[in-house]
Amino acid sequence: MSVNLTINGKKVNVPKGTTVLDAAKQAGIFIPTFCHDPEFPRFGACRICVVDIPGMRNLPASCVTEVTEGMEVYTESPAVVEARKTILELLLANHPKDCLTCERNGDCRLQDYAFQYGVKESPFEGEKKNHPLDDSNPYIVRDPNKCILCGRCVSTCNAIPERSVIDFGYRGFNTKIVTGMDLPLAESDCVYCGRCVAVCPVGALTWKPLAGKGRVWEMEKEEVTCTFCDSGCKFNLLKKQGKTIGVVPKSTAVGRPLCLKGRLGLQLKYMDEPALPFIKKDGVFSQVSWAEALNIEEVLAKILKMNNSNEK
Amino acid sequence: MKSLAEVRAKMGEEYKQKFTRARVVVGLGTCGIAAGGDKVMKALQAIVAGRVLDIDVDFTSCIGMCYAEPTVEVALPGEASVIYGDVNPENVIRLIDEHVIGKKPVEDMAILQIVENGAKAYEGITLMEDYDFYKMQVRTVTSRLGRTNPESIVDYIATGGYEGLEKILSGMTQQQVIDEIKTSGLRGRGGGGFPTGMKWQFTHNSPGDKKYIVCNADEGDPGAFMDRSVLEGDPHSVLEGMIIAGYAIGADEGYIYVRAEYPLAIHRLNLAIAQAEEIGMLGENILDTGFNFKLRIKAGAGAFVCGEETALLTSIEGNRGMPRVRPPFPAVKGLWEKPTNLNNVETYANVPFIIRKGGEWYASMGTEKSKGSKVFCLTGKIKNTGLVEVPMGISVRDIIYKVGGGIQDDKKFKAVQAGGPSGGCLPEEKLDLPVDYDSLNAAGAIMGSGGLVVMDETTCMVDVARFFLNFTQAESCGKCTPCREGTKRMLETLTRICEGTGKPEDIETLERMGRVITKTALCGLGQTCANPILSTMRYFKDEYLAHINDKRCPAGACTELLTFVIDKEKCNGCGKCARSCPAGAITGEKKMPHEIDITKCIKCGACLAGCKFDAIYKA
Repeated sequence: MSVNLTINGKKVNVPKGTTVLDAAKQAGIFIPTFCHDPEFPRFGACRICVVDIPGMRNLPASCVTEVTEGMEVYTESPAVVEARKTILELLLANHPKDCLTCERNGDCRLQDYAFQYGVKESPFEGEKKNHPLDDSNPYIVRDPNKCILCGRCVSTCNAIPERSVIDFGYRGFNTKIVTGMDLPLAESDCVYCGRCVAVCPVGALTWKPLAGKGRVWEMEKEEVTCTFCDSGCKFNLLKKQGKTIGVVPKSTAVGRPLCLKGRLGLQLKYMDEPALPFIKKDGVFSQVSWAEALNIEEVLAKILKMNNSNEK
Repeated sequence: MKSLAEVRAKMGEEYKQKFTRARVVVGLGTCGIAAGGDKVMKALQAIVAGRVLDIDVDFTSCIGMCYAEPTVEVALPGEASVIYGDVNPENVIRLIDEHVIGKKPVEDMAILQIVENGAKAYEGITLMEDYDFYKMQVRTVTSRLGRTNPESIVDYIATGGYEGLEKILSGMTQQQVIDEIKTSGLRGRGGGGFPTGMKWQFTHNSPGDKKYIVCNADEGDPGAFMDRSVLEGDPHSVLEGMIIAGYAIGADEGYIYVRAEYPLAIHRLNLAIAQAEEIGMLGENILDTGFNFKLRIKAGAGAFVCGEETALLTSIEGNRGMPRVRPPFPAVKGLWEKPTNLNNVETYANVPFIIRKGGEWYASMGTEKSKGSKVFCLTGKIKNTGLVEVPMGISVRDIIYKVGGGIQDDKKFKAVQAGGPSGGCLPEEKLDLPVDYDSLNAAGAIMGSGGLVVMDETTCMVDVARFFLNFTQAESCGKCTPCREGTKRMLETLTRICEGTGKPEDIETLERMGRVITKTALCGLGQTCANPILSTMRYFKDEYLAHINDKRCPAGACTELLTFVIDKEKCNGCGKCARSCPAGAITGEKKMPHEIDITKCIKCGACLAGCKFDAIYKA
């Protein structure tokens, strides 16, 4: 079953059950999104992807609206532009203005869309979020003040049943992504797999080991597949001036759990100057040897022993 | 199939026995208890026990007259029941001495009398059907409220309870039940107004072997208490409505989602469920027909947004109650992704009456598109605050002036807020609108759950909008951007306007935000949160402009914009105001006009309240 519709006057034919967002993508028409995750679709929270469909009561979110035969969609009508601008202004009114020093400068959707829709500043002056920065652990920095509450980190964390470390907490303006009992990440059950960091569209979740190491446009990315177990998770090597300076998770596809051990192993394997890793012992992070972090001390000792006896 | 006839006969007999003795019945809804009904009850029991009197002391729920609570009904065998108002532990003894023992009603405390079953009426006491508050009411859903004991299944069965369920199980098909509801024209009483029969049909038609019936009892609108009153006053009618829906739709399980702030309603529902299970109207194999239905109560999580159907289902599933995207609608994919029929308390409570008396009977009340009757809560600056049930199509003016008795202290009417935080304010010129879903929508308000908050000339409309925005922004779940961020900014803008620092461009900003949030928010809470602002701007723009341009609050309600002034002509220098001023802002010679130093004045109003010469006014 396929469905015919027009998007901005352009005829499009897509299978039944396709969302307007995907139909537009197929037609090469761009619609901005914050919360949409192809892996976990239909969250429908950020509302930046609203479109104009004559005959509908309001401006529906294209990420959750299914196409119907003969549908007319306008992705940049005056009403849509006004709505997107207003939503961006609302987000910016509650966002720190430190783009210049932000880790995600140049790799931030809020920045991109503000540029696209010409939102220089927000007309709304008022209270701003004022949460403490959570850099309680050696891997992930959480800045709740930069969070736009798109919920992608929550969906991706909850997709792995035994993780589900974070979720929405509090209400209204005070809504925040929290761990259980709103503890710092270091005191939660987080395993630092970094799925959340991989999907964050803004600067709310960043890699601590990479802080200040370079700008996004200075880095080249090279995809590698982890071989530490049979899940086949994908990682990106980050290269600056020919040197590999970091390894970060790439795809958070279902069934690809990503894990700390895999990432550490890849760091050891590929990085030019890997720093010693940290692991949690009795609830406290401490720096340990690579062998201990990868849990290969016995194996390594045995290999060394065998090598030594072979050499004799 | 088994018949209930035997149980019905036995209970009917038991019920009749009640009327053979003198009865004193105290109204013990949450409202009655709050007004002191429980103290009256204790005093009564002490008197009856102390004097060893042969009197039945019983309790009922709320009869609807908030303005007269606590209410007590006294009935002697064969004589009319008299309802007394403003009873307290001190004056309740008069009811015993003069009415029960002396056989003469206490006329100065009596409000009305109810004459039924051939009882003898008293002289000089208004009949219920002639009493202004009840004259225009039709009591369907509220018929047992304040008249029967809500914790007694005997009272329910003896007054026609479970007849509807018996009727459908003794030979109606599922489709026939749904058709009966369609014929009645019943529409969602939670406020949305979706045709109930159609909703049932959708859920019935949805493929799936497991289906659920859910009742939305998460009533959270400020100034609304109709669901609470029905749950506390006639819990069985809600159960019966749900069981009937379960049969019609093919569900064997149901949930009642009651807000945790209604402990008495939860208590009475729990009792009702246990009683219904005991006589076999709930549970396995109801009346031997092979139909099973189980009901559970889920106490709400204390969030207003959980009244939104998808958030409510998410909450029952044990998650944070955040709305989900619709479609798919609950009728297709609801609780645990199974087809689910979700209606409000009042909708279900109407069902047994419709089945018992027929859809045609129900459709004979109301207007062309809004059938039957609707329960409203009258609150605010109205003389007779209370719970009223009126036929659809009655005018708002009649509800306020005829049923509600007009404005307190005969002040000037300014507006009525219909439909809670999602609704809007209607001004004087809209008062003759008929109360039905479509007329109210067209005027910028909504039927909503049925709260009517009446405001007089001393109410500032900007302040009212601010009040509702304060509520919605605190109750926003935070999932979608427009509502989470937008309610906050609209509230901040309104607060600035009320404090006298509003800017001319604020009007345009509020309009734009209202437009965008309404069109882009995820759920009903966000889509309607701007209604209080948009409707007050539509009808009372002059008040906004006065605040912004002249830094003046025409209603004299926004304290930041007030100055208290002493009229030198009227002031005779008694000094009372200076003595009552906590800030020492008033000075003056004895017997000479006094003055207020506005730099010291904290605008508390103590001077104005105490002046016997009307010499102090707000400007």
